[in-house]
Amino acid sequence: MSGEMALQERRKGAMRVLAHVPSAEIGARMAELEVPSHRELRAAESGLVMVRGRIGGDGAPFNLGEATVSRAAVRLDSGEVGFGYVLGRDSDKARLIALCDALLQSPEHAQAIEAKVVAPLRAQVQAGREQSAAEAAATRVDFYTMVRGEG
Amino acid sequence: MYVAVKGGERAIENAHRLLAHERRGDRDVPELSLSQISEQLGLAVDRVMSEGSLYDRELAALAIKQARGDLIEAIFLVRAFRATLPRFGTTEPVDTGAMRVQRRVSSTFKDIPGGQVLGPTFDYTHRLLDPGLAQGGDPEAPALAETSDVPMPRVTDILGRDGLIEPSPAAETDAPVGDLTRDPLSFPAGRDLRLQNLARGDEGFLLALGYSTQRGYGRNHPFAGEIRFGEVEVEFVAEEIGFAVPLGSIELTECQMVNQFKGSATEPPCFTRGYGLAFGQSERKTMSMALVDRALRARELGEDLIAPAQDEEFVMSHSDNVQATGFVEHLKLPHYVDFQSELGLLRKLRQEFAEANAAPALKEAAE
Repeated sequence: MSGEMALQERRKGAMRVLAHVPSAEIGARMAELEVPSHRELRAAESGLVMVRGRIGGDGAPFNLGEATVSRAAVRLDSGEVGFGYVLGRDSDKARLIALCDALLQSPEHAQAIEAKVVAPLRAQVQAGREQSAAEAAATRVDFYTMVRGEG
Repeated sequence: MYVAVKGGERAIENAHRLLAHERRGDRDVPELSLSQISEQLGLAVDRVMSEGSLYDRELAALAIKQARGDLIEAIFLVRAFRATLPRFGTTEPVDTGAMRVQRRVSSTFKDIPGGQVLGPTFDYTHRLLDPGLAQGGDPEAPALAETSDVPMPRVTDILGRDGLIEPSPAAETDAPVGDLTRDPLSFPAGRDLRLQNLARGDEGFLLALGYSTQRGYGRNHPFAGEIRFGEVEVEFVAEEIGFAVPLGSIELTECQMVNQFKGSATEPPCFTRGYGLAFGQSERKTMSMALVDRALRARELGEDLIAPAQDEEFVMSHSDNVQATGFVEHLKLPHYVDFQSELGLLRKLRQEFAEANAAPALKEAAE
């Protein structure tokens, strides 16, 4: 994998985690780091995306309905530009995700963000999913077919 | 015709004040919070998101609170709100095959790869009111069991491997996807538009139509091939970023109906299908949607068009409860001018009637 692709995967991986965490928890972890000087490239705003499904689950796409989304863009003084897009109307969260995304692209900060913010939150999200999966698994059922009628 | 009426501002203002008072109810009872609605009336929130056609739990909860629990009014509020926000674009189609499944049942096969998972369901409850709930209190923590890594393919994918069921209509690259929030309805409508219409359609209306197909009005012999509920990831390609950005996940319910056969001189017979998909845990809705989706394919499948559920113009024009309630409920607004002209006409007709009937009597009397 080229360096650029690897970076893209890391950025996507971080977004995939942070999107599932309340902004206060991201903020609390960021507060423990020394965040370099940066500014908002685009004011955070809320809007909509049209969510698409597929006919039959795997066929041609159709428009299912909309969802609220917030977005932000942040530029570090060292030049890296980060983007935040996340479901919901929490523009602070979009801003925090954008900041993390910018820091992940900075060789100086990438490791700290990955280790101190993304990795622990990934473990937290994963633990929540395992809990849900275990609860669902306890309702797994074996149906026995009874013969109906006589004989 | 509705003619705008002036006046009554004070009365209207006071009526709204009284509404707010009634909404709050007895002030000695604690006020509902949005998180209470979202957490404890979750299926009402799901319905408002589905038919409001906007995935946002908090907004749906607010709408339910504001509407005093009138879900159609809440759906109306959500639809009005969505019109105030800009649209950033369209997501990548969600992959329901990769769903983190909370519930998944099939009525066609008892042994399916990944198994049957009942999840949180009213099925198999006895529908007896529970006095314990009236008291309140914390329920037991859910039971836990070993999870397995066995994937859960869609049941229709399993049938599809042997060619026993028709494939889903293939995506044509660059073919535009219909959007009825942007373009007015026209007929005949493609299946993409029909599914969008049904996904935001009224659950009660679709339930009745689906039921009508089972009772013989456009019968199509359905089996619930699979119903699944859980979380799917949503991705959005933002131009400025250059890759598909993960936005988070949403809860969806999907229903695959497996229906009786079609075949031809050149094609071997196979099962046909109807599809339902909706926000949240919306099982009755997606089952009804799948029945109606299949019924609306009657023309495509060469079936006789004999029933309301098969008539796309009838179904799509009446499925939207915001439009429906708007037109029905506008009848209670002042129609004084309209009614005056009807009244004038009626008086004239009655006078003519009276004159016509009086005339022979007068003639008789004169003789």
